[in-house]
Amino acid sequence: MVTLTIDGRQITVTEGTSILTAARQLGLRIPTLCYLKDINEIGACRMCVVEVEGNDLLVAACNAGCEEGMVVHTNTPRVRAARRLNIELILSRHNANCTGCTRSGNCSLQTLARDMNVLDLPFPQQPVFREWDHDYVLIRDTSKCINCMRCVSFCDKVQDMHVWDVTGTGAHTGVGVRDRLDLKDAGCAYCGQCITHCPVGALRARDDTMEVFDALRDPDKICVVQVAPAVRAAWGESFGLTHEEATVGRMVSVLKAIGFDYVFDTNFAADLTIMEEGSEFVERMTHPDKYKLPMFTSCCPGWVRYAKLRAPEMVENLSTAKSPQQMFGAVAKTYFAKKLGVDPNRIFCLSIMPCTAKKYECAVEEVNDSGAGRDVDMSITTREFVRMARFCQIEPMSLGESEFDDPLGEGTGAAVIFGTTGGVMEAALRSAYFLITGENADADAFSGVRGLDGWKERTFRAGDITVRTAVVNGLGNIGRLLDAVKKGEVHYDFIECMACPSGCGGGGGQPIHDGQELGGERGKYLYSLDKNSALRFSHENTSVQKLYEEYLEHPLSHEAHHLLHTDLKAWKL
Amino acid sequence: MSRLRIYTPDSSQQIVDEMYKNLERRIDVAPKGNCPVELSDAFLRMCLAQSCGKCVPCRIGLAQLSALLGKILDGTGTEEDIQTLESAAQAIYDTADCAIGREAGRTVLECLKGFRDDFESHLTTGRCLSTFVAVPCVNSCPAHVDIPGYIALVSEGKYADAVRLIREDNPFPSVCGLICEHPCEEHCRRNIMDDSVNIRGLKRTAVEKAGHVPAPKCAPPTGRKVAIIGGGPTGLTAAYYLTLMGHSVTVYEKQKKFGGMLRYGIPRYRLPARFLDEDINVILSTGIEAHTNVEIGKDISFSEIQEKFDSVYIAIGAHSYKKMRIPGEDAEGVVSAVQFLRAMGDDEPMDIRGKRVIVVGGGNVAMDASRTAIRLGAAEVHVVYRRREQDMTALHAEIQGAIGEGVDLITLKAPASVVTDEQGKVTALRVKPQIPGEYKNGRPVPRDAQLPEEDIPCDLIIAAVGQAIDFGHFAEAGITASRWGTLQAEESGAVAGTNGIYAGGDCASGPATVIKAIEAGKTAAANIDEYLGYHSVIDFDTPVPRAHARLRLATGRCNMVDRPEGERIKDFELIEECLTDEQAHQECSRCLRCDHFGYGAFRGGRKKAW
Repeated sequence: MVTLTIDGRQITVTEGTSILTAARQLGLRIPTLCYLKDINEIGACRMCVVEVEGNDLLVAACNAGCEEGMVVHTNTPRVRAARRLNIELILSRHNANCTGCTRSGNCSLQTLARDMNVLDLPFPQQPVFREWDHDYVLIRDTSKCINCMRCVSFCDKVQDMHVWDVTGTGAHTGVGVRDRLDLKDAGCAYCGQCITHCPVGALRARDDTMEVFDALRDPDKICVVQVAPAVRAAWGESFGLTHEEATVGRMVSVLKAIGFDYVFDTNFAADLTIMEEGSEFVERMTHPDKYKLPMFTSCCPGWVRYAKLRAPEMVENLSTAKSPQQMFGAVAKTYFAKKLGVDPNRIFCLSIMPCTAKKYECAVEEVNDSGAGRDVDMSITTREFVRMARFCQIEPMSLGESEFDDPLGEGTGAAVIFGTTGGVMEAALRSAYFLITGENADADAFSGVRGLDGWKERTFRAGDITVRTAVVNGLGNIGRLLDAVKKGEVHYDFIECMACPSGCGGGGGQPIHDGQELGGERGKYLYSLDKNSALRFSHENTSVQKLYEEYLEHPLSHEAHHLLHTDLKAWKL
Repeated sequence: MSRLRIYTPDSSQQIVDEMYKNLERRIDVAPKGNCPVELSDAFLRMCLAQSCGKCVPCRIGLAQLSALLGKILDGTGTEEDIQTLESAAQAIYDTADCAIGREAGRTVLECLKGFRDDFESHLTTGRCLSTFVAVPCVNSCPAHVDIPGYIALVSEGKYADAVRLIREDNPFPSVCGLICEHPCEEHCRRNIMDDSVNIRGLKRTAVEKAGHVPAPKCAPPTGRKVAIIGGGPTGLTAAYYLTLMGHSVTVYEKQKKFGGMLRYGIPRYRLPARFLDEDINVILSTGIEAHTNVEIGKDISFSEIQEKFDSVYIAIGAHSYKKMRIPGEDAEGVVSAVQFLRAMGDDEPMDIRGKRVIVVGGGNVAMDASRTAIRLGAAEVHVVYRRREQDMTALHAEIQGAIGEGVDLITLKAPASVVTDEQGKVTALRVKPQIPGEYKNGRPVPRDAQLPEEDIPCDLIIAAVGQAIDFGHFAEAGITASRWGTLQAEESGAVAGTNGIYAGGDCASGPATVIKAIEAGKTAAANIDEYLGYHSVIDFDTPVPRAHARLRLATGRCNMVDRPEGERIKDFELIEECLTDEQAHQECSRCLRCDHFGYGAFRGGRKKAW
C-alpha cells in the first residue's frame, strides 16, 4: 500500500494503482479521452496530465502509478493550459460538424471542448476524409477519428478479432482496417463493441431509421415491431429514466406512439427458440451416436460469424435453431399473416435489437423462409429506436403503460433473460429438465450460470442425465474456450456463446455511456423481470403452445424445421 | 572597420550548428518503421532549406517534389504524380549546379527505386505499409531480449531476476555481457538526447552481481528426441529452450569442450572461460545429454542420427577458413586466424615469442589475432589491410584497443605475395599500395596506387580474411551449399526438402555475431517444437518494475574502463572492468523506458512469452 496526496487530500491505495484511479476514488475529476480501464491505458490524448511535486514533467495520470508520499495536483494553471492546448489540437483534426453526428450530445470530445471553453480554434481545421461504403453495418468516419486507439485495443484485447489497426506513422498516422483490407474481408464479427467504445462519432452503426419511417408512412404496410429482451433494460437511459420509470409498458407506448401497428415481443420468439433448441439439445444428448457434442447456442449472429470465420469445423455443432429475431420474422409473415388474413408481403417486420450484427443476420438469405421478402425486413439498434422516438418528439414520461399486442407479445421470464450472459442456457435448462423428467425444476435451480465472468462452467442433473454446461461471453473468451475444447482440455455438452462481453446487455447496439460498462446492471434488471414473471418456463408460454397446436404441430416438426431452423454452413459471410 | 576579421559564430549560427548536431543524432538512431514516403518529404524540405536559391532545379524543383509527395501522402496522389516525381527528380539530378540540389534529386530517385510499393500503397489505399517500432532496443536485439525490463530490475538491485529475464530470450547473459556487439544500443532513443544507454554494461552488472542463478524447471517430458550437432552458441541455445520445453536433447560437439567460436575464436582476455563456463553449465544443467569429441561422419553417421532422433539441428559453425589467394601462402609460417585462435581455446598456444607477426585483415578476428599475438610475446605485430582504418569492419573499440596495446596498423596495402627464404620459410609479406576509389556498398573500393610494391619483413603471417564452412558429410542427406558456401536453410531454420532437419548459426548465415547465433538457436527451438506438434511457451513470468514518469535531462554515458594497456598485455585476464555501482545506477536512470512511454504504452510494450 502507498499513501499519497491528491489536491490536498490523502489516500492510501495498493501499489501499482494509477493516479487516475486514485483520484477518481477521491471523487476528483480528471478528464480522459483515450483511456479505457485495463484495455487502453496508453496516454495518447494527454487529457489526464497532472502535476506531481518534484517532477518537472506533467504526468499522464492514466498510466502513471501512485508512489509513496507523492503529492499530485490535478488542477493547476499549467495542467489546464496543457489540456486545453491538446483539445485544440485534437479539434484541429476533427470534423466538428456536430449537428450531423450520431454522437452529438453524447460525445466526450464535445463535452471536454465545452468544459474547457474552447470557442475559437487557433489552428486551421484539417480533418482527414476517406471513403467508406455506407451500406456496411459498421461505418467509420476518418474525419471524426481522434486516433485514441480504443477501437484497436478493444478489438485486439477483448474481442481478439484484430479488425482495426494503426495505419501509417508520423503526421499521417491513422486508424483503419488491418492490413489495408476492406472491412468485408477483414473477418469482422460485426459485434459493434468498437462503436460503443468510441469516445466520438468516428464509428457508428448504419442508420436505417429513415427506411423505417418510409414503411410507417406507407398505407399498404402493416408495420410490426418486435423488441429484444435487452432493449427494455437500456432504452430509458438515453431519456435519463430509471428502470422504475422506463417500464416495459412505457416502452410499448412509445412504439405505439411512433406509429407501429403491432408491437410484439421478441420474448415470444425466445420461448419458441427454447422449444426448438431445447428439444434439439435433448435429441442430440440422448443420441450420442448420431450427433457430435458439445452443442452450441446459435442465437448470437456475432458468435455465428465468429464460428464460421475462425472455427468452421465446429459450425455443425451449433444448434440449427434460428435466432429469436428470425423465428419471430418467420412466424410473423406466415402464422400471424394468416391469422390477420393478409398477404404476408404487406407486413413490414422490424426488430429492435441491442445489436449491430442483427443487421447482418436479417439479410442472410438462408434465414428467410416465409417467402414474403425478408422475414425481418429491417433491424435497428436500441440507439436507433431512441432516435426514432426523439424524431417524433415523444416524451416517454407523458405516456402511460400499454400491453404488448397479441398473439406474438407473450413472453416468459425464461425468455427475458436471453438478454444477458447465461440467460439462454438457464432458459434452455429449465425446459430441457422438463423435457427429460416430465416435471419442472425450481425456476432458480439453474441460476449458477449467472454472473459476469467471461467463462463459466456448471454441471447439472436432470433425471439420470448429467449435463455439463459452459457459458462464455466476449469473443476473446470464446476463442480461448474453443481452443480448450479442440485440444480436449475441457468437455462440455452444451455451450452458450455471446459475442459481446456480458451478453446482449452490453451489446454493440445499446446506448453508449463513455467509460461505463452497463451490461451487468442491465442484466440485473432482466433477472428482476424474470423473478416477477407469472410464467418462468418457456414451455408454459400459452401463445407458443397455441402456435404449435394451430400451425407447427410440435417442436422439430417438418414445418418447424422449414421455418425455424437454418443451415448455418450455407450462410454467406 | 578592419580589413580582415577573425570569424566567431554568432548565437544564431551556434543554435543552427546545434540543431544540425541534434539532427545528426536523430538520424543516427533513425527509429524503425516510419513511413518512408513521409521521411523522403522531410528530407527534401531539409535539402530545400539548405539551398542557396540560385538555380531553378533546386529552388523550385525541390519544392515541387515536396508538393507532389504531399499529395501522395494525403491520399490524393495519382500514378501520374509518381511519374512526374520520377522524371522531375531525374531532371533535377541532371541539371542542378551543385551537390545541394543534385544529391537531393538522386535521393528521391533512390527512394522511388527502393520503396516503390510504399508509394503505390499510398495511391491505392491511401495508407502506408509501415508499422512503427515501439521499443527500439528490443526490436534491434536479434534475440529480442526484454532490455528495459532487465534494466529496471538492475536499477532495483534485483540482479538474479534480471538474469532470469534475460534468459527467457538469451541463455548466454554472461557471454553477452562481455562480448555482444550490442545492436540494441544502435537505435536507443536516448541517442536523440545524448548517447545510448550502456546496455551491455548493465547486462554485465546484472551477471556479476547476481552470481549463480540456476536454470528454471523444464516442462514435463514429451518423449520427443532432438539431436543438436555442434555445441556452440546457436546449438546450445536451441538445446536449452528445447529441453525447457520438455523435449529430450542430445548435443554432439566435435571439439574437446563446448562453446564453439566463443571458446575457440574469442580470446580469453575478452571472454574469460569462467564466464563462458557459467552460461554453459546452467544450460547443460537443464538435463541435456552432452557429448564432446564426437565428429559426425567419423564417430557417428548423420543417417544414424536421423534415425535415432525426431528432429536434428545442424549448428556446426564456420570453423574452416578462407585463403588470401596470393602466391606463396602455403609457405611455412603462414597460418589462418581460425587455427591460431583455436589452439588458444585448447590452451595449446603457438610459441611466437620474439617473432615479427603480420595479421592480414580488417575485421574483429584480425584484431583478436593481433592482440593475442601481443600477449603471446611477439616482438612486433602489424595488421595489414587493403582499405582505410575507417573502412575496417572491426568494432572501433577493438581497433583502438589493439593500437593501444602496440599493434601497428598498416592500411591501404593489399597483400600481393608471400616472400620466403631458401628453406621456404616466410620472411616478408609483399604488398601493393592502394588508394580509396569509388564507393560500392557504402565503402570506397581500394584501387592500385600505381606505386612500387613494398616488402614488410616478418616471421609469421596470420590470415584473418574470412571463415568457411565444412559440411561435406551432410551432403548425403541432400543438404546443399548456397552460392556463398553456407548451408541452405529457410527463415524458419528448416532445411528445404528435408523432414525435421534444421540448420542455423554461422554455418547457415556465414560468420556472424554471437547474438545472431542465439537468435538462430531460439528460432530453431520454436520451429522444431512446432514441427514436433507442440506449441510450448517460454515464459518464466519474471515481474518487471513499473516505469516512473521523470524528466530525464541530457546526461553523459558511462563506459566500461579497460585495464591499463601496459598491464593487460602481459596476461590473458579480462581487460574490461565492470561498471561501478554509481555508474550502473546512473546508466539505469538514463533508460527512457520505451516499453511504457511513447508507442510502447500501446503496442509491443512487453512480449511476455514466445
